[in-house]
Amino acid sequence: MIRPLIALLVALCLAAPVAANPALEAVIADNLEGIEKPSRRTVEPLVSRIAATGPEGLELLSAWANRALGVTEDGRLLIVEGGTATDAVTGQPVPGADPKMLRPNSGVRGVIESALVAGEIASPDPARRAAALASIARDGTAEHLEALRTAAPEQEPALAAQRMRVTNLLAIRFDPDPAARVAAIEGMAGDVGLDFRAALNPLLATTRIAAPAEPQANIARELTVGDDDFPREAAIALLTTQGTLQPRLTPADQRNALAANIVDGAVGGIPVADLSDQAARDRAYEALEAAGTVSPAATEAEADAAIKAHRFFETYAEPNSDVTDAARAAQTRAQVRLAAMTGIDLGLDALSLASIYFLAAIGLAITFGVMRVINMAHGEFIMMGAYTGYAVQTMIANRTLSLAVALPLAFAVTFGAGVLLYRLVIRHLANRPLETLLATFGVSIALQQLAKNIFGTQARPLTAPAWLEGAITVNDVISISSIRVAIFVLALLFLGLFLFIMKRTRLGLEVRAVTQNPGMAASMGINPDRIAMMTFGLGSGIAGIAGVAIGLFAQVTSELGQQYIVQSFMTVVVGGVGTIWGTLAGAGLIGGLSKVIEFMNPANTLAAQTFMILFIIIFIQFRPRGIIPQRGRAAEA
Amino acid sequence: MTRQPFILRNPSILVVLALLAVFTVTVTALSQAYGSGTVPTSTVKVLGKTLCLALAAVAMDLVWGYLGILSLGQMAFFALGGYLIGQWLMYARTEGIVAASLAQNPIPPTPAELQEGVANQIFGVVGSSDLPLAWSFAHSLPLQLLLVLAVPGLLALAFGWLAFRSRVNGVYLSILTQAMTLALALWLFQNDSGFRGNNGLSGLQNIPGLEAVDQATLSVWFFWASALALALAYVLAAWVVSGKFGSVVRAIRDDETRVRFLGYPVEGFKLVVFTLAAMITAIAGALYYPQAGIINPAELMPIASIYLAVWVAIGGRGRLYGAIIGAVVVSLLSSWFTGGRAPSIHLPGYTVNWVDWWQVALGISFVLVTLFAPKGIAGIFDRLSGILPPQRHGRDLGPDQGALQEQEAKA
Repeated sequence: MIRPLIALLVALCLAAPVAANPALEAVIADNLEGIEKPSRRTVEPLVSRIAATGPEGLELLSAWANRALGVTEDGRLLIVEGGTATDAVTGQPVPGADPKMLRPNSGVRGVIESALVAGEIASPDPARRAAALASIARDGTAEHLEALRTAAPEQEPALAAQRMRVTNLLAIRFDPDPAARVAAIEGMAGDVGLDFRAALNPLLATTRIAAPAEPQANIARELTVGDDDFPREAAIALLTTQGTLQPRLTPADQRNALAANIVDGAVGGIPVADLSDQAARDRAYEALEAAGTVSPAATEAEADAAIKAHRFFETYAEPNSDVTDAARAAQTRAQVRLAAMTGIDLGLDALSLASIYFLAAIGLAITFGVMRVINMAHGEFIMMGAYTGYAVQTMIANRTLSLAVALPLAFAVTFGAGVLLYRLVIRHLANRPLETLLATFGVSIALQQLAKNIFGTQARPLTAPAWLEGAITVNDVISISSIRVAIFVLALLFLGLFLFIMKRTRLGLEVRAVTQNPGMAASMGINPDRIAMMTFGLGSGIAGIAGVAIGLFAQVTSELGQQYIVQSFMTVVVGGVGTIWGTLAGAGLIGGLSKVIEFMNPANTLAAQTFMILFIIIFIQFRPRGIIPQRGRAAEA
Repeated sequence: MTRQPFILRNPSILVVLALLAVFTVTVTALSQAYGSGTVPTSTVKVLGKTLCLALAAVAMDLVWGYLGILSLGQMAFFALGGYLIGQWLMYARTEGIVAASLAQNPIPPTPAELQEGVANQIFGVVGSSDLPLAWSFAHSLPLQLLLVLAVPGLLALAFGWLAFRSRVNGVYLSILTQAMTLALALWLFQNDSGFRGNNGLSGLQNIPGLEAVDQATLSVWFFWASALALALAYVLAAWVVSGKFGSVVRAIRDDETRVRFLGYPVEGFKLVVFTLAAMITAIAGALYYPQAGIINPAELMPIASIYLAVWVAIGGRGRLYGAIIGAVVVSLLSSWFTGGRAPSIHLPGYTVNWVDWWQVALGISFVLVTLFAPKGIAGIFDRLSGILPPQRHGRDLGPDQGALQEQEAKA
């Protein structure tokens, strides 16, 4: 209840040295009788007079409400806190006092508490006003509603808006006047806050009843037996719980009843050995019923008759239909807005997933586009980048600096590894894509085990700098973590960089030439071998950077690359090779689709992945060369 | 001119069958159940399982070595075969246990109660008590045996038809097969897919109806069955790849477009071989998992299929005996090295522990085989029988595929 607020008040009051308060003294002297024996009806003016005397008055009130106030023989009020007593007026400790403790009833305490809140809400300190509002928003009562309504107008706009909101929420719950509640609901319509939805839910809670005729209640709707949400079984269960219908016989009950009535190896004249058949059991049970040994159970016909004789309704616990109508309308509006916001949130999630896939797949797409080579070790390059980030972090303590060092270093390391792989293996397997696939797979398992041998099997953390922690939160529904925003920016950066290299540099020109026609490119004096090496290095280098980015939000293990490699393959295959836009489209499609499937079936991410892959297999049927296929002679290779 | 029977044209078949027979007889003579007992039952099981893997490798060789499709989803069919036979093994055995416990009740159980009890036993671990639709035939061995062939066969047929029809080939097709097995694995990993999620099926080494037979005898029986299946499948595969059909299949591997232009229904040939291989693989799986005793969806992860490809590559693809050699040698070596029995190598300053370094060695040796011995171990036999690759030395004269090389240009 109000405890936290009072504790806060007490703490605040005790912090300042308390001087004598003559106004309080006068009020107490006049009303000692009223304080000792308060009554719910008459105490209110007294409380407000005490509250008006200042902080000491409020402290006294909070002690009173907490049953920590005592009165001495000579009529002084003492606040007793953990065994030590202080004078309520002067604030001086009173050693050795033995006051008679006051025990106000709950009605009186309610009055005191609302007065306290009113005092807090009117406090000159905005921070205390905000704290009071937050406390009320957490657990408000009907008294708070009154206090909020009668309090002086709030000057600060933000606090005024919040007070308005809290008042409305309390009004929805506690206002005795239905019209005021409807007004409060309508005043908040369109809000998607969790608290508003939580306030509406109890209003719209329904119970199901069965009755011969329409009952005198706030009926939500009439149910039809046999509907999807109200099958026949549910109707029978409802009738049984209401006591209108005898419970039907379950197979287990039947079996137990039969077992209890075995006479000379037979039940109701049917030998036990024959009872492995449901029809025989039914006959035996009927025989027992006829003999009166077991109580009759409801038959199907009785159940049907009972269902026919009753109508089924869903009724609101809230008796006033205006309120429930308004609440339902508001809930619908909230749900519509909520759906829109969930859509936006889903879009943001999908965008961030797509940028991760894009980063992971772009290197793969480059090498595949230029050399028709699937590099199975690409995932291990991602892992290598992540471990580079981890290794840098163990050496440089400053997170921001270590990230700034790790990104180029990861690029350099994986660029080198890519060039090495190209020189040692891939070059010798030119024009044999399947062999290349397998050879790079060999490299992949060797690298994975090597990482396990060096870094161990346990997950290594790669911690993001503080400014990347946390999330950007728009409201209760829409929020996105800063790391994902950073990865999105990184993906954009690489898209730009890649486009620049491809369209504006000599290297890019040569890469495009080799992609389209290696023979002709060689005739023009381009060394296809060198170009292939450079693109392979570039692709691997980007994988390393992707590894650092992924490591920031996932645990770095030797299997890190594997988790992304299949999705990366899919991205390349779905998008189409040869253009960066294909990879972008593939990443967008796969990221978006996985989020949508995940949203439709949130409990089951495995199913989401299964459907995703099935979708891709079917998608390939219709666009075997991807969303953005390569055109021209190169496409026939 | 009369054509010789295909076995006489392929003397390697006789050699393989003879070796297999000698191996089977030797193991039987040394087994605990029928012989001296030198070879413990666990080793007999390992050898039996290895024969099953060799069977799967033969099928892989059909698809990859002869048809040119690098299927990275072959183990999906293997595990499917295991799951389908496992359904019957588990159902029948649980049924026996449940029936025995229900017989204690005063009232004999109805068939519905019996089935409910079985379902409770099998699926209680994933929080379900209903028998899923996929288990409708689990009570019957003949039906389930039929499914061992039918389900993987139909899956391969459907997948192959979709993929080949849209002319997905080469690396794309490999990735797609990998996606297929991953999708299947992820689906099986779910608790509500009806196959006990990541618990998989267990207790498969106990054969219902054969409770009186001890594991030592059972293991030899399964060893025989595996050897027989391998022998039959080897002959079948050798027959398929010999003759005109085999020529067309190899032609598709070498230049699909050209075969299509010659008027052959390329898709039909690919479908037949792909489906046949899937069914052989499923049989291998159905024999493997009762010896392994347990199956779970991890067996379907793409990595298993890639290892199968590795075995075939190391053994030598395009040679059926190469596949067997690769599967037997690499899988036995793998279990020897990773089993911790291989002696560590003590280098100055570092001890090479094979449990840690075997994967690295395997990966590197795999790269080396691909680079320097594309024919694998079987290449040795080719060399012995005088089949040598054309002497092509020197650099390509041009960057295009099939460009003349220096030596050829001179000639």
